[in-house]
Amino acid sequence: MDTTNLNCVIIGASHAGANCAMELRKQGWQGNIYLIDADAHLPYHRPPLSKEYLSKEEEGATKFKPLFALERYQEEEITLQLGLKVTKVIKKLKSVILSNGETIRYDKLVIATGASAIVPPIEGIESCRKVSVLRSAKDAIQIQQDFKTSTNKEVVIIGGGYIGLETAASLRKLGGNITVLEREERILARVAPIALADYFQELHTANGVKIHTGASAIKIIETDDAIEIQCNNRNVFTADVLIVGAGVKPNTFVAEEIGAEINNGIKVDENLQTTVEDVYAIGDVAQFYHPTYKEWMRLESVQNAVDQAKIVACNIIGNRQNYNAIPWFWSDQYHVKLQMVGLSKGFTYMVIRTEADKKDCFSIWYFKNDALIAVDAVNNGKAFVLGGKFIQNKILVDPLKIADNTIPFKPNNFIKTEINAH
Amino acid sequence: MAKITYITKAGEEIQLEANSGSLMELAVKHKVAGIDGDCGGVCSCATCHVHVAPEFYQKLDAPTEIESDMLEFDDNVTEYSRLCCQIPISAAVDGITVNVAN
Repeated sequence: MDTTNLNCVIIGASHAGANCAMELRKQGWQGNIYLIDADAHLPYHRPPLSKEYLSKEEEGATKFKPLFALERYQEEEITLQLGLKVTKVIKKLKSVILSNGETIRYDKLVIATGASAIVPPIEGIESCRKVSVLRSAKDAIQIQQDFKTSTNKEVVIIGGGYIGLETAASLRKLGGNITVLEREERILARVAPIALADYFQELHTANGVKIHTGASAIKIIETDDAIEIQCNNRNVFTADVLIVGAGVKPNTFVAEEIGAEINNGIKVDENLQTTVEDVYAIGDVAQFYHPTYKEWMRLESVQNAVDQAKIVACNIIGNRQNYNAIPWFWSDQYHVKLQMVGLSKGFTYMVIRTEADKKDCFSIWYFKNDALIAVDAVNNGKAFVLGGKFIQNKILVDPLKIADNTIPFKPNNFIKTEINAH
Repeated sequence: MAKITYITKAGEEIQLEANSGSLMELAVKHKVAGIDGDCGGVCSCATCHVHVAPEFYQKLDAPTEIESDMLEFDDNVTEYSRLCCQIPISAAVDGITVNVAN
């Protein structure tokens, strides 16, 4: 395909968008590439925002870890349009209009607009000045400033998901008094099974973070020097800093403008194209059908963003590729590294493996009938890597052998042989 | 200033220089094929696997347990395998050669 005179416009310059731009060049795209984002920072790694960034004493934007150095964009002749919003998309003219009035025509459009943090409709939250979400560099700067200037370092976090818990761990490290309010009966309710949630609940409790489950904030009152949070169970908490980690919603504005189908994200086919020709969607915003897990899904992760970026670049250039990557995630809290591979949703049974000679090191293996579908590994990189390989290659493994920690951790010890397979 | 040589799977030899950062960051900056560093350098993804030249391997600080664990079952692992996001650039690595593993 001769792409010399073509324009590819990528809206959203985070993990998905920036990697897509780089991959397009790698695949031989000759035409212009525009990379647009409302965020004025040079595209940066987001996971550290709730981890290293918040847990360090010093501040300043220089610490944001760029995805690629500025020189790379220049070398690759990628036109960065940062600090600019897309205000309108005109489908008929295949054009996007930016907040500075500029119009850019596209031949191929990639929507990588990600997701925005949800602020739940709690009475008084809108008018409260000291409430933050954590999604962008700007949010992280805000939280860090609010925390440092607060008198009592009292932090209340609404939401016991990964963002809430990582933020709790990071600010605890800086000496904050942290309370996490989770409206469900347990933390990580939507994203982890009970065994894992219990482990993290104990981890946080042991580190001095107070976790209240079944605690739904219903009213927020800001006074001169504090914020009062009233809960459904009549508990009242006082904070200097209030952080909300209550999930995200996909940013589908661009798809709405051009009439692409939306259903919890922008629907894409196996080539990551939306229902509108020449318009693609990748990363947190994309709703896709996963051939391995046989389900429609939208994933919020670096892996999904980067892998979809690579696949979509191939498809844009005319080299058709289907997306079928095994998902993986990680979370760092205190001394604990949690790594997850696969998706455990819908598992029929699971086994837990501890390691005989190690404390604080275990893994949970999820099966759907005979097939291994996911592994959650706590301080156990071996289980993460090996589990990923087993899933990728659809290898049948014996759950009883995995659960037996007297059996050494070696692939051949776990793989089902002809003899004991039914 | 430390000189670092990367040899890709395709046999391309790339010589780079830097004062700081990690071997992974330097490689990503200069598009060394096979080094992605998707997780940003926190030992979570194993997309920066290299084989360190034997004479240099011993000079490096030993890998942490999580790094060794990540490498044990990775493709093309050898006794000289490292995740190069865990190798900081300093005078100590001046002259090092690494082969990209995957």
